[in-house]
Amino acid sequence: MALITCRGVSLSYDGNPVIMDLNFKVNTGDSLCIVGENGSGKSTLVKVLASLKNIDSGELTFGDGLKQREIGYLPQKTDAQKDFPASVREVVLSGCLNARGILPFYSKADRAKARENIAALGLTPLVRRSFRELSGGQQQRVLLARALCSAKKLLLLDEPFAGLDPIASADLYHIIKTLNESGITIIMVSHDVKSAVFCASHILHLHTHQLYFGDTAGYIKSEAGKRFLGGAINA
Amino acid sequence: MLELLSEMLSFSFLLRAVAVGALVALCASLLGVSLVLKRYSMIGDGLSHVGFGSLAVATAMGAAPLQVAIPVVVAAAFLLLRLSENSKIRGDAAIALISSGSIAIGVMVISLTSGMNVDVYNYLFGSILTLSRGDVLISIVLSAVVLVLYILFYTKIFAVTFDENFARATGIRAGIYNMLLAVLTAVTVVLGMRLMGSLLISSLIIFPALTSMRIFKNFRSVVISAAVTSVLCFFIGIFTSYIYDTPVGATVVCVNILVFFIFGAVGLIMSRIRRKKYAGL
Repeated sequence: MALITCRGVSLSYDGNPVIMDLNFKVNTGDSLCIVGENGSGKSTLVKVLASLKNIDSGELTFGDGLKQREIGYLPQKTDAQKDFPASVREVVLSGCLNARGILPFYSKADRAKARENIAALGLTPLVRRSFRELSGGQQQRVLLARALCSAKKLLLLDEPFAGLDPIASADLYHIIKTLNESGITIIMVSHDVKSAVFCASHILHLHTHQLYFGDTAGYIKSEAGKRFLGGAINA
Repeated sequence: MLELLSEMLSFSFLLRAVAVGALVALCASLLGVSLVLKRYSMIGDGLSHVGFGSLAVATAMGAAPLQVAIPVVVAAAFLLLRLSENSKIRGDAAIALISSGSIAIGVMVISLTSGMNVDVYNYLFGSILTLSRGDVLISIVLSAVVLVLYILFYTKIFAVTFDENFARATGIRAGIYNMLLAVLTAVTVVLGMRLMGSLLISSLIIFPALTSMRIFKNFRSVVISAAVTSVLCFFIGIFTSYIYDTPVGATVVCVNILVFFIFGAVGLIMSRIRRKKYAGL
C-alpha cells in the first residue's frame, strides 16, 4: 500500500476553491516535489498533508501505518519568530517533543538526537546562539534540524529554499537528497522547479487543477514540464 | 530598613498581601512570556476587565468574589481564545469590545446597587486591604496549581509558543495547550486583580517578559529572568508603597517600568559591545 493516496481531492483556501480533483500517490522512499505558480494551492496541499487543514471532498489516506507523530514538517517562517528569544538547541529539541507523548521532559536520547541533527546540519558552533540572530539560511537549517528530530517516516517541506542564496540552497538540496537516500520519504513545495527536478523522483504540477503527476523524467518531456522549465533542461 | 521591614510584616493584612502578591507576580510573569510572544498580550488585559465586571456582580449579589469571578473569567478566556483564532472576527477588536463591555456592565451594576463608592475605586486600582484569610488560602493553592502545570507542560508550552503549526503537524494537540495557557492566565488575573487593580494587573503579565527579552536571548533564561524580576519588582513595589503610603498596584507597576528601562539600556549597551566584538574579528 502507498504511504499517501489522494483520490479526487478538492481543496479551498479561505473558502475559495484552489484545487479540484487531485489524484496522486506517494510510496515510501519517494521524493515528491510539488511545483506551480503562486496561488496554485501548493502550500495549502502541504498544510492538508500536515493535518493543519481539512479537504473539501475526495479521499486522502495514509498507509504503511503512518502516524502523525512520525512526520517532520518544515513550515514557512512566521512573523512571531522574528523576535522570538530561543536558542538553536531549544528550537531543535522541540522537534523531539512529539515522540514524548504526555511525558513532561526530554530524555537523554532526545538530547542526543537533537545534538546529532544539529551536527548533521553543521549547526554545532551556533548551538547557544539565539534563533533570531541567525541568517535566513542558518534559520532554515535550524528548522530543518527540528523537522528531522520529529521525522521518522515522512518529511514535509514548505518552500525550504525561500530566501536562501544559491550556495545555501545547494547545501540544503544535498542534505535533503541524503535524507531521502537514507529512507525518509520527502514531500516538498518549491518555486524553484529547475533545481527541484534534480533531486525529486516525482513531480506534481498544480495550476487550479493537476497539470502533471508522475516521475521526473516523464515531467521533463511533458507539455507542462517543457513550458514551466522553459526548455532549460535537455533531457 | 530592616526594622521597617519587620514592622511592615507584623501587620497580618500586609503579610497576606505580600504572600499573595508575590505568588501572583511569579505566575503572571511565567505565563506572560508565552502570551507576549504569541501576541496574546491583550487577552490578559481583556480578562482583567471581565474580572472587574464579575467582581461588581458578585458584590451586588452578596456572593464570594473569587468563587464568582474565577469561573466567569475562565469562561471569558475560552471565548477570547476562540475569537482570536477565528479569522472572520478580528481578535483585537473582539477583545476591546468584551473588555469595555464588562467595565460598563460592572459600573452599571455597582451604581444601581451600592452606588459608585470606594469599592469601585478599589476594584479598579487595587487595595491591600481586600484579602481575607480564605482568599489567601485559595490564592496559595491555585498559584501552586498554576506553577506545577506550567513546569509540567513547559516543553509543550515552548513548542506551541514558538511554532504552533509545527506542533500541530507533528501530532501535538496545540489547542489544548492554548486553552491551558488561557485558563491559567484567567486564574492568575483574578487572584491578582483585587490587590493590583483590574486596570493594572495586566502589567504584571506583560512587563517582566518584555523586560527580560531586552537582555536574554533564549527561552529558558527569559522565563527565569521574568520570574525573578517580577517577584523582586513586587517586593520593592510593596515596600515602597508602605514607606510612601502610595497604592500598591501603581507602585509595583512603576517599579516595573523603571526596571524595563534599566534592562533596555543594559541590552542596548550589550548589543553595542557585541557588535564591536564581531566587527573587530
